[in-house]
Amino acid sequence: MVKLILRDKEYEVKAGMTLLSALKKCNIVPESVIATRDGEMILEDEILRDGDVIKLVAVISGGTW
Amino acid sequence: MKCKKCGEKASVNMRQHKLALCKEHYLEWVPEQTERFIKKYEMFTHDEKVLVAVSGGKDSLALWDILHRLGYQADGLYLGLGIDGGIGYSHESQRLAQKFADERGLKLHVVDIEKEYGQPIPVLSEISHRGHGKPCAVCGLVKRHEMNRIARDLGYAVLATGHNLDDEAAVLFGNTLNWSSEYLLRQGPVLPSSDGLARKVKPLCRFYEREMTAYCLLRGIEYIYEECPFAEGSTSIYYKELLNQLETARPGAKLTFYLKFLEARKRGDLFIEQNVGQAHLHPCPKCGQPTSAPGLCSFCRMIEKTQQLTLSE
Repeated sequence: MVKLILRDKEYEVKAGMTLLSALKKCNIVPESVIATRDGEMILEDEILRDGDVIKLVAVISGGTW
Repeated sequence: MKCKKCGEKASVNMRQHKLALCKEHYLEWVPEQTERFIKKYEMFTHDEKVLVAVSGGKDSLALWDILHRLGYQADGLYLGLGIDGGIGYSHESQRLAQKFADERGLKLHVVDIEKEYGQPIPVLSEISHRGHGKPCAVCGLVKRHEMNRIARDLGYAVLATGHNLDDEAAVLFGNTLNWSSEYLLRQGPVLPSSDGLARKVKPLCRFYEREMTAYCLLRGIEYIYEECPFAEGSTSIYYKELLNQLETARPGAKLTFYLKFLEARKRGDLFIEQNVGQAHLHPCPKCGQPTSAPGLCSFCRMIEKTQQLTLSE
């Protein structure tokens, strides 16, 4: 299995799928996150391997100027 | 996916540009593009002193980093807003802004709103009854006022903020939904200086928010990741989420939305009815009916021409 972590939420998907498929399966908008594995950024075509822990960095921030 | 420049494994893929780059080439590309936008929109020159509004977040620290690397005279301004939210939000964001400045030997001006005006932002908001129970309206007002005041008091030619394309597209989306013509006509990469107002520029306005996050991660810039406790559920975040859904299905949609707006604004295409009605119609000197060109109207020109032809036959 592959674990995806976004802030305080965790998701699990099967190994062998691409990052893009995994994000869609978890209902995460790909454009709104950056994925890292072992501290390295990975792209949407990356195949996820069994035991991977994917940390997702949220990119949206709010605020008023 | 491979880097378009060197063929090594890519770290960032920008579908709107059909461009994937490795870490090394991405970190070169972002400052190059920033320099291009600064020149294209005539934001400032290397001879001018720039004050960068620094919040401790990814965009403003990335902007300061880029301007410093490009050799601009860029100092920072941090406004202490006094927001805690149970996570020491302001304290932590100030620590990160100061750390960034110290590591690079940069000058950071720090202004504490409570020391200046007696109360932190949440209390100012509560006392003034502005903003429907949330301090965001007061926070925005105070930041705009103070940034302008300090830029002018300290003699900076220009004030730079870290607004990215997602910020701009979200504001544009909101203003379009409301047809806020006054705001639409003012939105852009540069707000020129006017009586009492410093020039304001947004050098990152053509980068996606995702690209600025990638820049900080790849450059190793430590920024405050936690959201402002009061921003949760905000309209701007909701609009950004909607636009990102659109972008996922239609790569480049956000960029096109913003750039086509800037083009239309520059051409004067926005709110053309008002332009036509007020600026371009003149009474025809013969019949008195309105006409778009000076002199006779098309009808009178046509009649005059036919009469001349009839007489000459």
